[in-house]
Amino acid sequence: MTTLDTDTTLDAAVPAPTWLAVCRLDDLARERGVAALVPDGPHGRLEQVALFRLVDDRVLAVQQHDPFSDAYVLARGIVGSRAVDGAEVPTVASPMYKQVFDLRTGVCLDAAGKQPVVGHGPDLRTWGVRVVDGTVEVAASTGGAS
Amino acid sequence: MDGPRHLVVVGGGMVAQRLVEALRDRDTAGTWRITVLAEEPRRPYDRVALTSFFAGRTPDDLALGDAALWDDPLVTLVRGDAVTAVDRQARTVTAASGRTYPYDHLVLATGSYAWVPPMEGADLPGVFVYRTLDDVAALRGYVTRLQEDRAHPVRGVVLGGGLLGLEAAGALDALGARATVLQVDTHLMSAQVDLGGGEALRRLINRIGIGVRTQAMTTRVHEHRRGGVGRVELADGTRLDADVVVVAAGVRPRDELARAAGLAVGPRGGVVVDDTCVSEDPDVSAVGEVACIQGACIGLVAPGYTMAEITADRLLGGSATFPGADTATKLKLAGVDVASFGDAFARTPGALEIVWADPVAGVYKKLVLSDDARTLLGGVLVGDASAYASLRPMLGRELPGDPSAFLLPEGTGGAPDLELPDDAGVCSCNNVSAGAIRHAVTEEGCHDLGAVKGCTRAGTSCGSCLPLVKKLMATELEKLGVTVSTALCEHFALSRAQLYDAVRVAGARTFTEVVERFGTRAAGRGCDICKPAVASILATTAPGHVLDGERAALQDTNDHVMANLQKDGSYSVVPRIPGGEVTPEGLIAIGEVAKDFGLYTKITGGQRIDMFGARIDQLPLIWQRLVDAGFESGHAYGKSLRTVKSCVGSTWCRFGVQDSVALAVLLELRYRGLRSPHKIKLGVSGCARECAEARGKDVGVIATDKGWNVYVGGNGGFTPRHARLLAEDLDTEALIRTIDRFLLYYVRTADRLQRTAPWIEEVEGGLDGVRAVVMDDALGICGDLDAQMAQHVEEYEDEWRATLDDPEKLRRFASFVNAPEVPDPSLAYVPERGQARPATPDERAAAATGAPVLVAGSTLEVRS
Repeated sequence: MTTLDTDTTLDAAVPAPTWLAVCRLDDLARERGVAALVPDGPHGRLEQVALFRLVDDRVLAVQQHDPFSDAYVLARGIVGSRAVDGAEVPTVASPMYKQVFDLRTGVCLDAAGKQPVVGHGPDLRTWGVRVVDGTVEVAASTGGAS
Repeated sequence: MDGPRHLVVVGGGMVAQRLVEALRDRDTAGTWRITVLAEEPRRPYDRVALTSFFAGRTPDDLALGDAALWDDPLVTLVRGDAVTAVDRQARTVTAASGRTYPYDHLVLATGSYAWVPPMEGADLPGVFVYRTLDDVAALRGYVTRLQEDRAHPVRGVVLGGGLLGLEAAGALDALGARATVLQVDTHLMSAQVDLGGGEALRRLINRIGIGVRTQAMTTRVHEHRRGGVGRVELADGTRLDADVVVVAAGVRPRDELARAAGLAVGPRGGVVVDDTCVSEDPDVSAVGEVACIQGACIGLVAPGYTMAEITADRLLGGSATFPGADTATKLKLAGVDVASFGDAFARTPGALEIVWADPVAGVYKKLVLSDDARTLLGGVLVGDASAYASLRPMLGRELPGDPSAFLLPEGTGGAPDLELPDDAGVCSCNNVSAGAIRHAVTEEGCHDLGAVKGCTRAGTSCGSCLPLVKKLMATELEKLGVTVSTALCEHFALSRAQLYDAVRVAGARTFTEVVERFGTRAAGRGCDICKPAVASILATTAPGHVLDGERAALQDTNDHVMANLQKDGSYSVVPRIPGGEVTPEGLIAIGEVAKDFGLYTKITGGQRIDMFGARIDQLPLIWQRLVDAGFESGHAYGKSLRTVKSCVGSTWCRFGVQDSVALAVLLELRYRGLRSPHKIKLGVSGCARECAEARGKDVGVIATDKGWNVYVGGNGGFTPRHARLLAEDLDTEALIRTIDRFLLYYVRTADRLQRTAPWIEEVEGGLDGVRAVVMDDALGICGDLDAQMAQHVEEYEDEWRATLDDPEKLRRFASFVNAPEVPDPSLAYVPERGQARPATPDERAAAATGAPVLVAGSTLEVRS
């Protein structure tokens, strides 16, 4: 069994995540994204999540919603990397207006001179992801507040 | 102290504009208020660039300087009111409107009028002069009307083979008329160029399709039986058919006001002024072409500007004097390079001439040197005036090394680099020295050409010095250690053109290979800038499907799903309709697809049909239907060939001379799928009426009765450009070969997202350089380009059909990886004018609160 990148620092008050299988690793092409529907919050509302498989087979997840265009498109962005303080940071660029986001943290690295739409910040929400026996699982927070 | 004194300027031309600009620039205390009385109903404009009006520039493009000058409270511009009298005793001028203006100082800047030689018929409709915007607009209107009325091409005759006559002939040619120049003298441009240069010039002029007759004195213009000009008669009895006559036989100073006011005029006219531009009346100056200074009137703008600067200086108590005229000239006619400067006729005693002539290439160059063969006195450059910008500032200075080296073709390694002294003039129109340009770069922080131009005004008038300005700037930047980065992005230090060559030569086939060999960091995984660029490069160096292997990860979403992303995350679909020709069955098939999938349809500017509002998961279903109906990808999503627009051509049109639709279909099928630095659009018109608007395209083809003319570098959009003539009267085979090479030369060497117009400006040698490469194989790469295009044509496949045949590729089109049957719930549409459009945020919000707003997914049924 391989577990890759379960980088979620969970507060003690927040219930342990429910790992939800969404697809096989083989369903994902290297350096491209796919969208997935993941239940979120106590009422199980479905959230659109963008999953990306990096060149080293790590899988990272951010929101599919693009805060700068208000469209659900981030999984269709170009995956790349950017040197930040000497480290090679995996990134995705929005296919709409080309903002660049850090795929690990969701932080917007380059707003491309634009403001997010009203009611949204520039950074993306992230989800924990692990790959278990070739199955990609997303940490769905079905319990507490989000 | 009293209020400001009043300067009245009679005339609203370029020199008047410069005088006002110079005075307001320096008169910070506001000691003068200025009234400019202009006869023409517009602000001063760039008369030197009049011919560019035919290349699609508008009157506004010709406006001079900063328009804010005329909002200055101390400046009044009165337009459309000619001055009729000057009263020197009362110190007033009276205008045609009857208004009288008192002056403290008067400047006459009335310029010249076009001289029409005495001949019968000079007043017939169809006889034009070439002096003002109105003249030029009237000429254009007349020729256009004739083209609509007459079955044969319009024939134009230009009287005068000087600078202006040749520009007028070029303008007629640009309008689609057949132009012939009638020159009274023994050779063209006889005031600037010697006989040898004139002969070389005649060959160049003939080569662009303009006829020339020398020693041809026109004695009479005959009327056509339908009215207007019909033919011209020469002194030797020859008669030439002509539908329009342009007189460019010289200019005469407009000194009638001065004569009436009793001021002295020169032997050949012009207000006599001293070296401070003041006439015999100390309160009256004259500047520009109306001034007879140092015994002559000078019909060039640069000396006029100098006079304006002197007058401004004198009005503010300065002591400037006229240094003598810089009579350097450069012909502004596409495809014909002529420059003359200094003592072009070697009249200085003991002057030596060095001549280099290549009649085959149409090149004639001459340098005039002092008797010791060291100091440059003047020169004539015909056919290749590239040395003009760097040689002209060296006038009166010693040339380093062997002077003949400056005459050899560029790239033969002869000419040493000239290090211009700081006081050498670079831009004579605006009197900018090499030192001023260096200062702008080093002290004022101007690090690109636009900034240097804005700061120094160098190159903002005629533009002939721009290559030199650019070179000086680059040298200074290099000294400052500023590297002008052409790097693609943080992952590649190479420019796109360099990377293209590197990838092509190395035969690299994948992004990983490219980044490992040519990237800045082997671990770098690219970005949204370099990945599509590499994908585009690989598409022509190692052709393959857009979704093959690692290549799929390089594509922008448009290329990745082969559709155009729209603002709400849905896509639009455009099937190819080659040449805009479509069968009724095809139209019905498209209509049915749009109807069945609830797509919004719109006709595009490229003569095809765009269907909007397709979800990513619907794309394969839509394309299965389209492919079954015989359609293929239109590549509307790609940086690639878009469409070849055409008019209906000779098969149906009464005026068409060639089958433009057949050619458009042939070209579109040949270049479909060709990936390039930016989108490419083509157009084909079946006659000179140009209904396909081909000159607004990257490559425009216009039929002639002898074949095809091909124009390049046009575009619409943010900075519209008209395409410029690359080659004339080609047969279809030569035309295709020319376009093949042009497109691939562009694909290989342009910057990322650089369209053909700016590429032609920046590529080595400009349009002439492009012509040399694609027509004369100057780089020896044509065989290679031809083979590359043959491979493209050979290996083309419809990428949508190939995708539908491959289940692996189809997996990319699922809406959700874990719910492929669920459509994106965020999409919402409302009906408008019988079709669907994306709901606005307000409409979505209203729907969410249960308000009665009709919002539905993209399969919304809007037709009852």
